[in-house]
Amino acid sequence: MAKVLMKGNEALGEAAIRAGCRYFFGYPITPQNEIPQYLAKRLPEVGGVFLQAESEIAAINMVYGAAGSGARVMTSSSSPGISLKQEGITYIAGAELPCVIVNMQRGGPGLGSIQPAQSDYFQAVKGGGHGDYKLLVLAPATIQEMVDMMGKAFDLADEYRNPVMILGDGILGQMMEGVEFPAEETALTLAEKPWATTGAKGRKPNLINSLFLDPVELEQHNHHLQRKYDRMAKEVLWENYRTDDAEVVLVGYGSSARIAKAAVDLARAHGIKAGLFRPITLFPFPKAALQEACKQANHVLTVEMSMGQLVEDVRYNLEFKVPVHFYGRSGGMVPTTRAVLEEIIRWAHSGEEDKA
Amino acid sequence: MLQEIILAGFGGQGVMSMGQLLAYAGLVEDKHVSWIPSYGPEMRGGTANCSVTISDVEVSSPIITEPDTLIVLNRPSLEKFEKDVKPGGLLLINSSLIDIEPQRHDLKVLTIPASELANERLGNSRVSNMIILGAFVGLTGAVTIESVIGALKKVLPEYRHNLIPLNRQALEIGIELAKGI
Repeated sequence: MAKVLMKGNEALGEAAIRAGCRYFFGYPITPQNEIPQYLAKRLPEVGGVFLQAESEIAAINMVYGAAGSGARVMTSSSSPGISLKQEGITYIAGAELPCVIVNMQRGGPGLGSIQPAQSDYFQAVKGGGHGDYKLLVLAPATIQEMVDMMGKAFDLADEYRNPVMILGDGILGQMMEGVEFPAEETALTLAEKPWATTGAKGRKPNLINSLFLDPVELEQHNHHLQRKYDRMAKEVLWENYRTDDAEVVLVGYGSSARIAKAAVDLARAHGIKAGLFRPITLFPFPKAALQEACKQANHVLTVEMSMGQLVEDVRYNLEFKVPVHFYGRSGGMVPTTRAVLEEIIRWAHSGEEDKA
Repeated sequence: MLQEIILAGFGGQGVMSMGQLLAYAGLVEDKHVSWIPSYGPEMRGGTANCSVTISDVEVSSPIITEPDTLIVLNRPSLEKFEKDVKPGGLLLINSSLIDIEPQRHDLKVLTIPASELANERLGNSRVSNMIILGAFVGLTGAVTIESVIGALKKVLPEYRHNLIPLNRQALEIGIELAKGI
């Protein structure tokens, strides 16, 4: 199939349909509105259900219900809306149900702005709602990658019986790029879900629940969840770009990584050995790969659309062996390639005075 | 080749579609392209703009801060974006609606009375944007006319393909104008 020019949000919607998603529950918010808009038209065409709920809270609880009955289901929103969904997300994680949640991040805190941001990193990778739980978090950087990841997101959700978050931003949602969809599979084989509440006639009833009044039982449940999160470590994905001999390694995800990549090329043209490490899974975090990419680095620089969130995980995962610096813009402002280049030059030349 | 373009005008003037058509034309040529709208809050009658990148290599950020080319269809857009254009960059002005001169002297400027030309030469003011697009293509060679036509065939529904010859004529008028500078 030839490439088509498509908006990120719409491409993501189409990819979800092709991944077998047949249920969408959501509530409008910029900059992700083209996802529900697209699915409102497409889902009925394939016999699916599109429902605009009365609120984000209602929508995520509809996702909870649909996931419990074994459906391939998703919701999408943007930062303030995702905050509203947090209660439902922790219930879904606690009850171990598969679903996909898309966050096209915008500036915060509070109602913030409608422009792109990456300031929900902590919320996405550290839990977000209450209790000890994790989401699998995928961070695509192009529309093609977003499309390619949709099927994977649903498969991972089913495999681990866990919510998966696609962490995008306003740029990825709003921009258009050329994209190629994989050939449509005629019969998608979905995982069996013997745990689903599909009517208990002729079998033992299934119970979907996140309430454990007995503390012994709840602790056991937490240990069980933790073992599951540990097992997810093998799902790590990342991209190395010119890191082999890099003395300054940039780290960024999503839209910021695109800007960082361009800055790396400019820095190389200036004779600076720069490279980019791009985590594609944010949870699990590709720790070993990051360490490998940074082993010859004198400086590491994270590039983010936040006041410094990813930088904390980069420092932690590099075990404080390399100086890790941060450059970011926030509130809907986007780093420019030139500004990132200036940061690279600054760190590449730092310490030269001491040597001389 | 890397060409970064900002297109700006009133909401409803067709800058978004013009930008998409340009991006699609780049895609037809297997180039890397991106298009992104300004989606901030705007009042009715305010400005709308989009950024288009056409490149031989992967597009880094689709957000353009220093365009190679600025295409403006109304006066507020000229006033807003003129300062951002790269030194030596290209400025295409729709003089049918813009009655002021640009402030900068380091740009290559082409003023096009697009509505008048479209009316007088083609009897249809609705293809005025295509004249400007033609001038852009003529001046930069970022894409070919054939690719723009190819893109039109993709975005227009079949029953509108009868409009393609008219659009081609408009593009060709633009190319002629480009030869003049």
